[in-house]
Amino acid sequence: MTEVSRRTLIKATGAIGAAMLPAGAAIETANSAAPVGATPAATSSICAAAAASTTYVFFNSEEAAFIEAAVARLIPADEEWPGALEACVPNYIDKQLAGAWGSGERLYRSGPWQPGTPSQGYQLPYTPAELFRTALGAIAKELSRNPFAKMTPYDQDGYLKKLEAGGKDLGGVPSDVFFAHLWESTLEGFFSDPVYGGNCNMMSWRMIGFPGAYASYYDLIDQHGIKLDRAPMSLAEDAHGQVHLNPGIPARSP
Amino acid sequence: MAQRLPAVDAVTIGVGLTGSLAAFEMVQSGQKVVGLERGAPRDTVPDFQSPAIHDELRFSIRKAMMQDNVKVAVTFRNNFNETALPIRRWASFLPGQGLGGSFVHWNGQSFRAQVADFVLRSHVIQRYGQKFLDACGPELTIQDWGVTYDELEPYYDRFEYLCGVSGKAGNIKGQIQAGGNPFEAPRSREYPNPPLKETYFGAIFRKGAESLGYHPYPQPSSNLSRPYTNPLGIKLEQCVFCGFCERYACEHYAKASPQTIILPVLVKNPNYELRTSCEVLRINLDSTGKKATGVTYVDGAGREFEQPAEIVFITAFPLNNVRTLLLSGIGKPYDPRSGEGVVGRNYSYQTTGGPTVFMDESININPFMSSGAPGTMIDDFSGDNFDHSNMNPPFIGGQYVGSIMTGGRPIEFHPTPPGTPPWGLEWKRAVARHYNHAILIQQHGTSMSSRLNYLDLDPTYKDAWGQPLLRMTFDFPENDIRMSQYIADKVVEIGRAMGGKIVVRGGTKRPYTTTVYQSTHNCGGAVMGDDPKTSAVNRYMQCWDVPNVFSLGGSSFPQNITYNYTITIGALTYWALDAIKNKYLKSPGPLVQA
Repeated sequence: MTEVSRRTLIKATGAIGAAMLPAGAAIETANSAAPVGATPAATSSICAAAAASTTYVFFNSEEAAFIEAAVARLIPADEEWPGALEACVPNYIDKQLAGAWGSGERLYRSGPWQPGTPSQGYQLPYTPAELFRTALGAIAKELSRNPFAKMTPYDQDGYLKKLEAGGKDLGGVPSDVFFAHLWESTLEGFFSDPVYGGNCNMMSWRMIGFPGAYASYYDLIDQHGIKLDRAPMSLAEDAHGQVHLNPGIPARSP
Repeated sequence: MAQRLPAVDAVTIGVGLTGSLAAFEMVQSGQKVVGLERGAPRDTVPDFQSPAIHDELRFSIRKAMMQDNVKVAVTFRNNFNETALPIRRWASFLPGQGLGGSFVHWNGQSFRAQVADFVLRSHVIQRYGQKFLDACGPELTIQDWGVTYDELEPYYDRFEYLCGVSGKAGNIKGQIQAGGNPFEAPRSREYPNPPLKETYFGAIFRKGAESLGYHPYPQPSSNLSRPYTNPLGIKLEQCVFCGFCERYACEHYAKASPQTIILPVLVKNPNYELRTSCEVLRINLDSTGKKATGVTYVDGAGREFEQPAEIVFITAFPLNNVRTLLLSGIGKPYDPRSGEGVVGRNYSYQTTGGPTVFMDESININPFMSSGAPGTMIDDFSGDNFDHSNMNPPFIGGQYVGSIMTGGRPIEFHPTPPGTPPWGLEWKRAVARHYNHAILIQQHGTSMSSRLNYLDLDPTYKDAWGQPLLRMTFDFPENDIRMSQYIADKVVEIGRAMGGKIVVRGGTKRPYTTTVYQSTHNCGGAVMGDDPKTSAVNRYMQCWDVPNVFSLGGSSFPQNITYNYTITIGALTYWALDAIKNKYLKSPGPLVQA
């Protein structure tokens, strides 16, 4: 997708599409009266469009609805900065679980299996893909009458806190283990390079002031306390700042 | 059936720091050497290039440069009453894989050990008495190294000039030098290069530490401060502070690594042959069990070979050195119940961790502008630089303290003050607020050996070739916790003197956990010494029982020192190779009589 067609898409879908966000993407206005989309509106709208056009290759629609709603609570949007949903974190998690990481890359997988001490770390036979599928299946069953994505944000937070606290079995996956995986993946998708399908438009880097993949600060290192205001740089950018990879990976052009 | 290959003079098991140094010394003496490396070949160009190398997810989080633990992991337990289970994902320590080993993804923090470190047991007893040492913990098994600082000094010097270490001498031949570390052991001359430019967080630390009467100095670094040609004629470049150093390879030829300081010359030598993707299964012994005949290895296609050799150098990561000895039946395995045996004995680690200092939001730290060794630091609490005699509860050892932030990569680094929820909107706002205004201080120091901590072969879990995994039994001795907690209080004071609005106290706690990154300075398990009853190798890292096998590197440390160990490993390797070239090759056999 070129810059032009991306702009066309945004124009076609509205300057900031709170209405077009997937379920659970409530924009929080907290204690400020600043209008939604004031700064940085461009990032918000580009990312909202990308998030809405995510093509899932691992998650089924029920699973995707939970993940979208959950990450929107883990890192919510507010009037200033978009959250994990707008950063396309669900897309990132989906692609990771569909790939080598999901199927157990860099995970010692031989048995026998037994629960360990906290010092011994992860000791379940599940790959990340199996772990998410198993836990999400158990959650869907438990919440079949009142799906997570349809709860109020308050209730969603309460449910996530229960998962986080542990003591709940999700089809063999302890809920705190699932929550830890969900949170780690959310953090990764929020802060990793956009080439992996999250951190849309490098919005989390803009939020904290991390410049990304620059190669040298030799001339700046001794300018102590300098305020660096460069646009961040992705691995996908060429020398002219052109991004060749579309993090949204849409199935079709709008 | 293994295919038998033509014999060579020497083989190295691993081609990293010790493997490339040992091979280079041997080929210079006209010896034919084969380097067997389990990982893939790789070089600065094209493998380490920008922008792909600046990928936090791939290298820091997914650990692309580390040992593939789908194939070979390590099992772990805190004490020998527990069942060890596999460390299924690396976290606490990160053994490297690939040509160059861990000496590619290291940070370049380039210290020498101190004079007392090499004679630790004698030193502690002389200064504080046996009773004091017993009060620090009757389980401690600290011992002298069998080699002294003065003996190693020329080899430290030689290795620092090979790497191009950038720093400021604090002590040249006993004369204290302004601007350097006054606690430094005496050096014969200046560092080859001046220190790196000081970072902002370093400058803030300097001011705070100085105001409390401490002695800040620039961290010695193998990220170079200027272009440099090393004694082998290999050119290195100046570090540009890209902020992607630890867990990464350098794209700029600015960090010492086998690829940048020695391999370009070594691989051109007709006496040297490098074979990558070769997993050594064992060292073969003759019928007496006293002489190695070579090694058996499997190549990347699964074919088994026997490589006969006159000398075998075990030059792997320290944990893998110990495992190779155990798998080969060299030396008596350690038994913690009887205290007998030497292979696996005195495994030790490193105490790390320090406070986070939250500064005023008007102060831009810019943590992403950094090198792998960007610190301003103090040695006032290192080793035995402070008087321990009145410590209550008693302890020995110490830590260096410094502001050493090796980057601001946000998946790993997003500090929030205490009281911030672990997720949600308040968490996000706190991350955005504090990211550029927080300073990490590192406490990094000794870890004493104990009769309870050791390495052996796991009875249950196997690697991809069907061989037992290494089993680690470890927890920090109480001594180390006392030491770390004492220093943690001092460091909080430094954090406040730096102007910290909130200072979150650091320090090490028990139990040791494998789930949080601490240090890749795993050491011991095949320790050096003068007594075959308490050491696996002699003062030249030569196996007592099989004198044509040398186990080089961090596995020979009888207990861990304050500092990052790479430079000491380089010096020890040169020291051993000097004895091998000048004595062993003329008359093969034990260099020290047991």
